[in-house]
Amino acid sequence: MSIPAHAVEPAAGTAARPAVAARRLIKTYPGDVTALNGIDITVEQGTVFGLLGPNGAGKSTTVKILTTLARPDSGTAVVAGHDVLRHPDRVRRAIGVVAQNSGADPVATGRENLLLQGRLYGMRGAALVRRVDGLLERFGLADAAPRQVKGYSGGMRRRLDVALGLVHRPEVLFLDEPTTGLDPEARTAMWDEIARLAGDEGLTILLTTHHLEEADRLAERIAIVDRGRVVVDGTPDSLKGELRGDAVHVELRSPLGDSGRTLLEGALIRVPGVHETLYDGRRISVRADDGAVAMPALLGVLERAGVGVAAATVARPSLDDVYLRYAGRRYAEAEAAGTERLALAGGVR
Amino acid sequence: MSAVVPAAVSQTWYMTQRQLLVYLRQPAYLLITLIQPVVWLFLFGSLFRKVVELGGFGTTSYLDYLVPGVVVMSALSSNMWAGMTTLDEIQRGTLNRFLTTPVSRAALMNGNVVNNGLVTALQSVVIVLLGLLGGADYPGGAVGVLVLIVAAVLLGTIFGAFSNALGMLVRERESIIGVNTFLLLPLTFLSSAFMAPSGMPGWMRHAADLNPLDWAMVAGRSALSADPDWGAVLLRGGGLLALAVAAVWLSIRTFRSYQRSV
Repeated sequence: MSIPAHAVEPAAGTAARPAVAARRLIKTYPGDVTALNGIDITVEQGTVFGLLGPNGAGKSTTVKILTTLARPDSGTAVVAGHDVLRHPDRVRRAIGVVAQNSGADPVATGRENLLLQGRLYGMRGAALVRRVDGLLERFGLADAAPRQVKGYSGGMRRRLDVALGLVHRPEVLFLDEPTTGLDPEARTAMWDEIARLAGDEGLTILLTTHHLEEADRLAERIAIVDRGRVVVDGTPDSLKGELRGDAVHVELRSPLGDSGRTLLEGALIRVPGVHETLYDGRRISVRADDGAVAMPALLGVLERAGVGVAAATVARPSLDDVYLRYAGRRYAEAEAAGTERLALAGGVR
Repeated sequence: MSAVVPAAVSQTWYMTQRQLLVYLRQPAYLLITLIQPVVWLFLFGSLFRKVVELGGFGTTSYLDYLVPGVVVMSALSSNMWAGMTTLDEIQRGTLNRFLTTPVSRAALMNGNVVNNGLVTALQSVVIVLLGLLGGADYPGGAVGVLVLIVAAVLLGTIFGAFSNALGMLVRERESIIGVNTFLLLPLTFLSSAFMAPSGMPGWMRHAADLNPLDWAMVAGRSALSADPDWGAVLLRGGGLLALAVAAVWLSIRTFRSYQRSV
């Protein structure tokens, strides 16, 4: 059974205070757009935490509150031991932020951008230069350092953005959609980069993403956000494991009526080893202890009911299944709805 | 150095430096902004050089009369687009990046004001020198030139801060373009830029008295003349300063409301 993250007691020997603790954050934008509807998040020190959800779910708004850019209507948030509302300045010193658009100065060089960023944190002289050189080297930007940023590729810009967030050696790094807009090659490179960062001594990373694969690959713990709430959180494996067994997806030739659907679901759930069924459009998803064993019986039920089957697959549970289970809708569907909601709200993130 | 200079001051300088870089890296940009003043001074100035014969200009050379007007007009037209830069920085994410650092919020706004002021001062000096090359005479000397530059910088600050406030408030390029096109010509022609007040229709003269553009021109022109009317200079300079303070205050207010709307 999943335990809400904020109920988890830190294991003996680890530092007691979480890197990020947000409680019941609520934020409504003008025009009655509820961006956050009571978000709860706890991120333990030194871990990578993924905030996963479709566009418009409230991820960016959460990050804006945690990074002192926006104020919640209600709720509290403590980052690196400081309250974001009472001591935003202390929070700012302790965090690094890589937003979706980090806005490096296009006419300045990569090096100049990093030097300025360091100076804003009060870094000076040889120590700053050493830090900047180290970051340029680490992010493969040493050759590009004396060139103006406007000539950088998307991947180079993104790496510079991450370097900008790290200049002052923050305790907590926020990565808002770190791979959005990158081509597959640059995305894989960025994933490697983030994985390496995660190994840095004591660095806590909170990343938001709408890629299921990205969260699965990078985050030790994830929280799935839907419509301004955390619907479930845990490690990717525990979330998938909770969906006991395999997923059997059956694609139907034509959609079912309501009555046909109820009857069919009743029949499918009685197949031995089946835990639950979810009907969604033309697709029936069944959870079974062993998909391969249950498959013939399931197809038999469908055949007797006279329902035409277009395709049937057995899969290990994916985060998509987790999403479907907890948010009650398919990920792609939520993504489309979220984008539409954003458009209606005039682009409020 | 960092020990003696307060953080807010050094941060203001970093922010100014960052923006000045745009001009240093793109000198062509500065040249382009000088095309209009050259047209006004030398094409318009030659075409209408005989208007001084109407009298009331306080000089026998139309170019002498034009220089302060062109300096002030250029200060207006270069500063009224400041909001576009701010809008770019908002959309590019630059402003939010700075807001998540401990940089003083005042430094972010002051960097704009100082940068615009420096660029306006440089531009004014170049126009004064161009006038000198063209044969203009400045009996008021260095003090007169300094007063003109200060007046131009104050006027630029008023419209720069106003444009920034507009950019943060509406967040649309179209609105800034619309407001600027709407204001530019009436503000210019309802002033003593091209015609001595005594030669203007009565209602235009009264309108010009309320126009801050005209205040800057009158103050600069008087200070550059052989016999400056310091009372008039101070009155108009004081008016410009008061408006500049009000405009900067307004832009700081809108900056705060921007922060709330993120």
